[in-house]
Amino acid sequence: MKKLHLILLIASAALLLVAPNFLKNYGIYLLSYWLVFIIATMGLNLTVGYAGQKSLGHAAFFGIGAYTVAILMKAGFSFWFGLPAAALICFAVGLILGFPALRVQTIYLAFATLGFNTAVWLVMRNEEWLTGGTFGINNIARPELLGLSLEGNLAYYYFVLAVTVILALLLWGLLRSPWGKAFTALRDNPIRAESLGIDIRRYTLLSFAIGAVYAGIAGALFASLVNFIEPAPFTVASSIMMYLMVVVGGPGYFLGPVLGAAVGVILPEWLRFAQAWYLFVFGAAVVLLMIWLPDGLLSIPERLRAKRQAREASAARAAAAQQAASQAKQLGAQA
Amino acid sequence: MSQSLDTLLPQHTHHHDRPQGAPVLKVSGLKKAYGAIQAVGGVSFEVRPGEIFGVIGPNGSGKTTLFNSMLGQITPDEGRIELNGEDVTQLGPLELNRRGVGRTFQTLQVFGKMSVRDNLIVAAQEHQGTMFSRMFAPTDSGLGEKADALIDQFRIRHVAHKKAGELSYGQQKLVDIAMAFMSEPDLVLLDEPCAGVNPSLVGGISTLLKDLNHNPRFGKRSSFVVIEHNMDFVMDLCHRIMVMVEGKVMAIGTPEEIRGNKQVLDAYLGN
Repeated sequence: MKKLHLILLIASAALLLVAPNFLKNYGIYLLSYWLVFIIATMGLNLTVGYAGQKSLGHAAFFGIGAYTVAILMKAGFSFWFGLPAAALICFAVGLILGFPALRVQTIYLAFATLGFNTAVWLVMRNEEWLTGGTFGINNIARPELLGLSLEGNLAYYYFVLAVTVILALLLWGLLRSPWGKAFTALRDNPIRAESLGIDIRRYTLLSFAIGAVYAGIAGALFASLVNFIEPAPFTVASSIMMYLMVVVGGPGYFLGPVLGAAVGVILPEWLRFAQAWYLFVFGAAVVLLMIWLPDGLLSIPERLRAKRQAREASAARAAAAQQAASQAKQLGAQA
Repeated sequence: MSQSLDTLLPQHTHHHDRPQGAPVLKVSGLKKAYGAIQAVGGVSFEVRPGEIFGVIGPNGSGKTTLFNSMLGQITPDEGRIELNGEDVTQLGPLELNRRGVGRTFQTLQVFGKMSVRDNLIVAAQEHQGTMFSRMFAPTDSGLGEKADALIDQFRIRHVAHKKAGELSYGQQKLVDIAMAFMSEPDLVLLDEPCAGVNPSLVGGISTLLKDLNHNPRFGKRSSFVVIEHNMDFVMDLCHRIMVMVEGKVMAIGTPEEIRGNKQVLDAYLGN
């Protein structure tokens, strides 16, 4: 790791640890909200950014995670039972959602996953006996950890931060393992990947399932963070927003979701001054970003590097041409 | 065309090291039609251990259909393909690769966003351990040394850590070919390895392929099947050559025999 990266990492860690102590309750809540979306979009980044599967159904898993924890806790189970249950259920449903991806790709896959999201949302809205319908489920408690109450906003923030770091490290390990290369190979060229013995069926299904687990855990943390859930945050529009976060941050960049989720969660708060113009400003910013930086914010250093290399190469060519011309001139003079 | 396979196979050859032994690949009576067009109409041949087997023929002679059948990308209508004695006619590309078949494509097929070295590593990593164990394996799957050896052999050391997509066409072609050899396959199918390559590089590719064919590092000799339009390349590289015309085998023989075959000259080389 480069020195600069290490310094940035330590500074960010210090900021994340210290800053909330100087924030009011809403600020802490917002940071926790941001972390929850980092977890969800880390999963989507695996599915979309690394494995290249166009999924517009991620909010469904986010919802399944949230409702699993809420329903189980209402039934008297502990959060600590609900959390792994949410992850497991999302893994299983994610595997199932992966199957259409074995037959269709690109925009067709996007529509298939979008249809799945709509179906899940309808279940959340209509199956009142289970989900409370549009009234939702309220009074979702925050858990205790080793006798420590996580009820307070600050305590819950640190808990979510710890989960985010653990999940980020696990994903980092996975992406550094041969699996990471297999996912990238699947994204870049599935036909070639298969000819090299990469089981593209399995990796496609797993990219959905693992991505779904991250969304499910994020959903579980979300339910406890907001204490009340109803179907609205789990619509197709939320899936599109999550997809946007991945694209804005930089699909296939490990830290893309950190920036992308900041743009999706924190930027709107900063744009509150614009009031009625907020959506217009946000929309215009996204349009400009897609035009100038289609690979996301984190592609900036790479673009700068490519530009510098192109400049150096053209300078070298110009120098060589000049040298050749002066040599020719000298030869001409000698003759 | 009604000749049996044995009469088509040459009994003597100038190649003193002509490979012998049970065939690695045996194709018998392969047929494939697209609607009314019989793309491949009953093709039979064998490839022996360590043999470089060329397939030539004019456009539309069925070479690509034959190749795609051998690679499991299409299922033939009739006939049988055996790999080391096992019937693999119905198997797909993944299963064939796992059984020791490597390939290159007519067009460039590298992973552009990965480094050259990672391209080589990913080309063989799935042959190491199980899917579960690979989740905990080191990032180079223990293949770093092998990748470096191939990088040196292909003389692409200076670009080893560059993204493959940033290389010149010729360099990418070398990476593409090197990838096919990473998993030490028994049989490599090379689909026009010289297509689009600068003529100055063609000789280099030929030398590389000859070296790989003899590579003692593999502990065995790989067999190759090569489709190529560059006739000098094929004549120089291959132990035996099969000429296809209109989906059928016109002749199989050593380069000398093919060069001296009047029928072939009229149908193909004469052009």
